[in-house]
Amino acid sequence: MQVDFTLLIPEFMLAGLGVLVLVVDFTVPWASRGAKNAVLAALTVLGLAVTFAVTLWMQWDTHEILYEHLIYVDRYALLFKALAMAIGAVVVLISMEYVHTRIRHTGEFYALIVFAVLGAVLMAGAAELLTAYIAIELLAFCLYVLVALSRGDSRSGEAAVKYILLGAISSAVMLFGIALIYGAIGETGFRRSELLLEAVFGPTVALGLAMFVAGLGFKLSMAPFHLWAPDVYEGAPTPVTALVSVLSKAAAFALTLRFLAEAGRATLDEWQLALAILAALTMTVGTFTALVQDNIKRLLAYSSVAQVGFVLIGIIALNESGARAALLHIAGYSFTNLAAFAVVIAVEAKTGRERIADYAGLASRSPFLAMVMASAMFSLAGLPIFAGFVTKFLLFTSAVEGGLFWLMVVAVVNSLVSLYYYLRIVREMYVGDAAETGRLRLPIAASVPVWFLFAGTVFVGVYPAPLMDAAGAAVGVLAPFL
Amino acid sequence: MSFAERHILEWLIYLPMLTAVVLVALPAAWRLAARWVGVGSGALLMIGSAWVFIAFDYSAGADTFQMIKVYTWLESVGIDFRLGVDGIAAPMVLLTGIVALTGSVIAANVDRDAKNYYILLFVLIAGVYGTFVSIDLFFFFFFYELAIVPMFLLIAVWGSSSTFADFARTKEYGALKLVLMIVAASVLVWIGIIAIYVWVDIGTFDILRLRDAVQDGGLSSGAQKTLFPLVMVGFGLLAGLWPFHTWSPDGHVAAPTSVSMLHAGVLMKLGAFGIIRVGMTLLPEGMEAWALVLFILGTVNVVYGAVSAMAQTDLKYVVGYSSVSHMGYVIMGIATLNSIGLTGATLQMFSHGIMTALFFAVVGAIYERAHTRDTLILNGLASKMGWTTAFFVIAGLTSLGLPGLSGFIAEVLVFIGAFHEQPILGALGILGAALTAVYILRLVARVFFGQRDPQWDDLPDLTPREIAAAGALVVPLVLVGIWPAPFLDVIRHGVDALPGVDALVGGLL
Repeated sequence: MQVDFTLLIPEFMLAGLGVLVLVVDFTVPWASRGAKNAVLAALTVLGLAVTFAVTLWMQWDTHEILYEHLIYVDRYALLFKALAMAIGAVVVLISMEYVHTRIRHTGEFYALIVFAVLGAVLMAGAAELLTAYIAIELLAFCLYVLVALSRGDSRSGEAAVKYILLGAISSAVMLFGIALIYGAIGETGFRRSELLLEAVFGPTVALGLAMFVAGLGFKLSMAPFHLWAPDVYEGAPTPVTALVSVLSKAAAFALTLRFLAEAGRATLDEWQLALAILAALTMTVGTFTALVQDNIKRLLAYSSVAQVGFVLIGIIALNESGARAALLHIAGYSFTNLAAFAVVIAVEAKTGRERIADYAGLASRSPFLAMVMASAMFSLAGLPIFAGFVTKFLLFTSAVEGGLFWLMVVAVVNSLVSLYYYLRIVREMYVGDAAETGRLRLPIAASVPVWFLFAGTVFVGVYPAPLMDAAGAAVGVLAPFL
Repeated sequence: MSFAERHILEWLIYLPMLTAVVLVALPAAWRLAARWVGVGSGALLMIGSAWVFIAFDYSAGADTFQMIKVYTWLESVGIDFRLGVDGIAAPMVLLTGIVALTGSVIAANVDRDAKNYYILLFVLIAGVYGTFVSIDLFFFFFFYELAIVPMFLLIAVWGSSSTFADFARTKEYGALKLVLMIVAASVLVWIGIIAIYVWVDIGTFDILRLRDAVQDGGLSSGAQKTLFPLVMVGFGLLAGLWPFHTWSPDGHVAAPTSVSMLHAGVLMKLGAFGIIRVGMTLLPEGMEAWALVLFILGTVNVVYGAVSAMAQTDLKYVVGYSSVSHMGYVIMGIATLNSIGLTGATLQMFSHGIMTALFFAVVGAIYERAHTRDTLILNGLASKMGWTTAFFVIAGLTSLGLPGLSGFIAEVLVFIGAFHEQPILGALGILGAALTAVYILRLVARVFFGQRDPQWDDLPDLTPREIAAAGALVVPLVLVGIWPAPFLDVIRHGVDALPGVDALVGGLL
């Protein structure tokens, strides 16, 4: 049995950082709320940045399985670890002003973000079902609390209750699925399950797999398990919405792909069509429901449901190009969606408004925010020169390579329809008449991360080679199973 | 290859992009600076484009694709940033240069938010250049889509709405219709491109290698015939192919002047160019199987567009429908699948691009002064607006195919090619040319030479800037009309290398 704790240094650092933020929060006699907010945010970002650097430095070429097949430390996990920490840091950076005015417990807020990142990091490394389950719950519990932290907005508490209730059911279903799988094959490790699952494939295993994947589908907001998403997105404090839409999606995706590739490869024929139909359903439901939304957070919720449908293609095709494209899409989507949310957060922090109609005339009030939002919308719609174009193109190509021509057709048609509601926002910003005038000015500290996200969206769209290489290296870990 | 030959094509894409970036950095209040940056960049693009056209070697035995430049982009997928021009792309590059320069000069008339207008205009120009010079299927599509992105804002923000007796066409309606229809069509192209890449299965998006693989039987005849309609409708829509043309008049009318110039002048050509570059080159058997359908649709385009133009009372709608009609000649020429017809089609793309840019420039100038485009109200402009009238008449005469102007040469070649294949359809095409004469001459007689209403007494003529831009557009029309040989040689060099083209040897070429 291997007990090399140095391989878990990133996880320990994250846990320590979370505790540190909490301790600093209640031990220091803060002069003002503003000072507390600024110091804690800086501490969180700095801690995440250090952990990010340490992780990359220590684990660049590590390929280990720890503790009798519990946790992977490999390039695939590394990519998602880095992504999760980057997402956590960026969310903190873009929401400082928002947190100051609209969040109840700032210390807990930042600490929970760190713990959520830890949950995502563990999900990326999980090598067997129960570890995966615990990691998922860690992330989920942080999010349950974070959703409720909004100050003076009753929707926040309501959203949290909905999220917890539905989340608890999904956890129960997932756990039931794990029990069924373990009962059938006596094994929970992904790699060791593959052939066993094939050997005893029958109603029990099928039900077990279906229930486990349904639990993951809940986290991914895959239709028909997506119904929590719009209410939670709308009710949660917007930075938390951003976190839910990006971090938990990326982590759940990492886990789903690894699980289906390693444990599900041999039984591909049994589940591929079912999952493909769900993917088609997911993108269609997300796209068409988004058409009629008038709250920007709900619209982005449904849009993220649609995006999940696209990403699922990369899993279902279960080939190397699909997995690579899906990873690239997740990365591009993270930049893009965070850029969009950065604008939503900034607008909400300044004006307290979140309806699409409130974006009328944004181009004249803040050309910069409008430009970032417009490019995020174009990217989500899949137009060049932004990330969405190339990542969607590669994803859809992989569907055809995997023999799923019909799924590609469904995807491109949805992609077209989605353009309509993304253009609605662009239209409001550039053509609509502003109800209020007066410039919206971003503080420099807040505009730097927004610039970064905007640049990232363009960079992935124009020169995806470095990210593609990283994705290729990560997928290389899974290559024997693709 | 000289240094310039190696790098010119990529710079035709970088330069407009850089211009956009420079403009982003410019303070919004520096309106004059924005104009100068825009016009200066347009001039450089014009010089570069002309250089590409002149440097293109059309001697027998010269490479089909020249000035090739390759940068590895995504090796694992087989996507390269791969540029090159052939005899069909070279005149299109020249066309883009001319319209980009004149368009950016005319765009100096934009008062509101000139900086952002130029930014979007140059993104559009970058997309157009990129599409013409890309010989990688991915990048071809990348730039094709890039050219569409800015259209929505350009029309929705800076466009103009039209009202008629019992209905209205707002600029937002035009913008949304145009963008959604074009993107819907590009979805078909997208499906086609992915299918070609996966089914040919040589792991590259390189159009030349895909072409060779297809000729060696890399794509079954059935697959080609299945995919061709996707490509035909997908690209055809942008070329104004009937019955998918309805975005075109509405979009062109709603667009501001310089955007109409670029859109009708250059962007519609992307559609026809796409049919040649993807449809003919990569799906030759599909092209052959569907040629008759394309031929019939093209003929309908010609006649339907002309008849519709006759019924319009809005100057811009007349020009919009005449574009639909004239793009019909291009489609007919492509569908002939013989060298004369295709040469005519390519020359018609060039000729129509310049001519329609001139039309829109003049009509835009009239609208800016009279604030109406209603042909029932406007009359007798000739005596006060001499330059305007002269330019409109030149564009009109090109449009109806007067010998000595470029339209004549192009249309005659299309008709000769058409008569070789489908005499009846060819005859209908000539009927379309006759109808053009009817609506153009009627328009000229009423709007420019009728009895002048006193309310038009004070309309100022074109400014020197507008005269310069319009004059620059007249030069190629006349030049091609009286000395088409250089153009025909270049185009012929590209056409002869296309798969599945019958070489017709005539004394004419």
